[in-house]
Amino acid sequence: MAIPRQEMPAQDPLERIQNFKEVNLGYTPELAIKEAMRCIQCKDPVCIKGCPVNIKIDEFIDLVANGDFTGAARKIKEDNVLPAICGRVCPQEDQCEKECILGKKHKPVAIGHLERFVADYERESGNVAVPHVKPATGRKIAVIGSGPAGLSCANDLAQFGHKVVVFEALHELGGVLMYGVPEFRLPKEIVRTEIEGLKSMGVEFQTDVVVGRSVTIDELMEEEGFDAVFIGVGAGLPWFMGIPGENLVGVLSANEFLTRVNLMKAYDFPESDTPVFDCKGKNVAVFGGGNTAMDAVRTAKRLGAEHAYIVYRRSEAEMPARIEEIHHAKEEGIEFLLLNNPVEFVGNDQQWLTGVKLVKMELGEPDDSGRRRPVAVEGSEYILPIDMAVISIGNGSNPLIGQTTPDIEFSKRDTIVVDINTMATSKENVYAGGDIVTGGATVILAMGAGRTAAKAIHEKLMGESHGFDEW
Amino acid sequence: MFTIVSADFLAENIKKFEIEAPRIAKKRKAGQFVMLRATDNGERIPLTIADSDPEKGTITIIAQGAGKTTRELNRLEAGDTISDIVGPLGTPSHIENFGTAVSIGGGVGTAIAYPTAVALKEAGNYVITINGARTKEMVILENEMKSVSDEAYITTDDGSYGFHGFVTQKLQELIDSGKKIDYVLAIGPIPMMKAVADVTRPYGINTVVSLNPIMVDGTGMCGGCRVTVDNEIKFACVDGPEFDAHKVDFTNLNDRNKIYLKEEQSSETEYKHRCNLDTQS
Repeated sequence: MAIPRQEMPAQDPLERIQNFKEVNLGYTPELAIKEAMRCIQCKDPVCIKGCPVNIKIDEFIDLVANGDFTGAARKIKEDNVLPAICGRVCPQEDQCEKECILGKKHKPVAIGHLERFVADYERESGNVAVPHVKPATGRKIAVIGSGPAGLSCANDLAQFGHKVVVFEALHELGGVLMYGVPEFRLPKEIVRTEIEGLKSMGVEFQTDVVVGRSVTIDELMEEEGFDAVFIGVGAGLPWFMGIPGENLVGVLSANEFLTRVNLMKAYDFPESDTPVFDCKGKNVAVFGGGNTAMDAVRTAKRLGAEHAYIVYRRSEAEMPARIEEIHHAKEEGIEFLLLNNPVEFVGNDQQWLTGVKLVKMELGEPDDSGRRRPVAVEGSEYILPIDMAVISIGNGSNPLIGQTTPDIEFSKRDTIVVDINTMATSKENVYAGGDIVTGGATVILAMGAGRTAAKAIHEKLMGESHGFDEW
Repeated sequence: MFTIVSADFLAENIKKFEIEAPRIAKKRKAGQFVMLRATDNGERIPLTIADSDPEKGTITIIAQGAGKTTRELNRLEAGDTISDIVGPLGTPSHIENFGTAVSIGGGVGTAIAYPTAVALKEAGNYVITINGARTKEMVILENEMKSVSDEAYITTDDGSYGFHGFVTQKLQELIDSGKKIDYVLAIGPIPMMKAVADVTRPYGINTVVSLNPIMVDGTGMCGGCRVTVDNEIKFACVDGPEFDAHKVDFTNLNDRNKIYLKEEQSSETEYKHRCNLDTQS
């Protein structure tokens, strides 16, 4: 290749562990054009099939190569409402970029970096177009949850001309984008701006409403006149490990740690009122190997942890976290304790955590997931002194919707059962998508599910009054 | 934004607010709470819903100034607004006609015990209330408690009003007098709830406490409020806050509540300092 893949400029590791500012600095227009020119404009662009919302990747990259960044942003927005977010947090190496033909012999086109660049360019230019909205249909749809699934569903429904009200339990919109993904990976201002776009299309947002407690799905449909409901409440119930000592002071779920820091801005304490465990000079261990674990451990480092460990029971090859995140974590001095499994937390007389008993593991035969199963090495236990433990081994479903809407069918894994073509649940006119259906997955998959549901809801609602609207 | 309709001090440092929150007023049941965020840089704190008026669309909460957020809250007046209130949260109290029910409130816990005492009365129970305070000036909701009680007792630690002693002593006295007690609800500081559990345990009296762990979201997504009940982990915000007092690990709860003591103190000191500056200028 004449042109190598253009790397994304980033903050220096030693500098960035002192702050919560974004690590990746984004392409310059020159870098973007250079990278876009690497795209060979395949006749049958397989990259598009790798994208869960099927962005017209070849077309937008062609516009970038020609310097029409605003045009490129609008091309993406035909299929993706949150490009500045997806360009940052999608695992492109497993999606669009995995399919890129160039990747066979060279490095794939940096589709994610380019998506991010054009979205940032459009936003910073101040010239953000409001998507076209069809005439009002008179139909009213409730979207429960303002995470990626709910936002993309709300967007498409609004464009079809429906009245959309999004209900959010927290005081801020965005779901995991606000409370989970840290500022240094996804600045919150970007999330707010992308959501502003939906408001300008007429989508109404109600925060501080916990569906299941503040109001039930049946009440929304029977008393508040909603014609259909989309459930996009995610998988937000943290799993704990069930080992001794897990209730010691200083053992937190990643959800709690990240919510305090991201949503409640505890990194700015006492300017912000929410405190977080004082990590300065302490030893912090994060248990798990996913993106959430990387987010948590890098957050602890930024809060001043002396040692910030990732403790993972398999080896690096099995880690579900993005390669880029693992790379960034290593640059920042995160210590990886691979093939180590916690068996017990130990504490002092005041029940404060002082350490964790770890056992070394080795990889055995492949298990159901196809990954080699870790097996404990007998007699290899040792105590690692730690002051805070963050549990990041995954999330389940919050039981509230199921408890209060018994006619929605849930699977044995506590996820909602849907028809995958329409995302329809077992309850009439109620649809669901995102992590509440799949279990913990990605932002872009949730957005894809939101789009599928929006289309199905539209067809169902308008199909029933077939013909009359045209008269 | 949620507008305060009225704000009145019930005792020194204890303030009662009536706040417009129509959705919550319509749905709430005894034993449930809200998460409240007073200002945009504020933290989220849990407060029990003491009362509600579904027709007016208001809820009542009672807050004791104990740290920065509650002190700041207690400076608000009618017409002021609160950034966020979400609820009703938690599992409602399990109410039935137990027979004779004793509702014990310690300090501001009385405000939390009150709605459940009302519900117990409505369910046909013979209701005895024991309302404990440090001293006479700190007694709250005396008339409200009387109005729902078949027998109402006030206890003060210093004997300045009512029975001289702790709520547990009054409870023991009732048990010793041969009164048949079928149900006890105890709400207040952790040592008090633990002491009540210890009193009723030998008699096998069904005893329920409303736990007060640290909470962040209050909807079950973080586990910050997890407590050990019957050797199992429970999330107080979803599974509780009420639990069987004889199965709660109070020591663990007490220790876990101390995690941010240092930060809470520095935040409060800073706040007091700022308030003093306000008074100077």
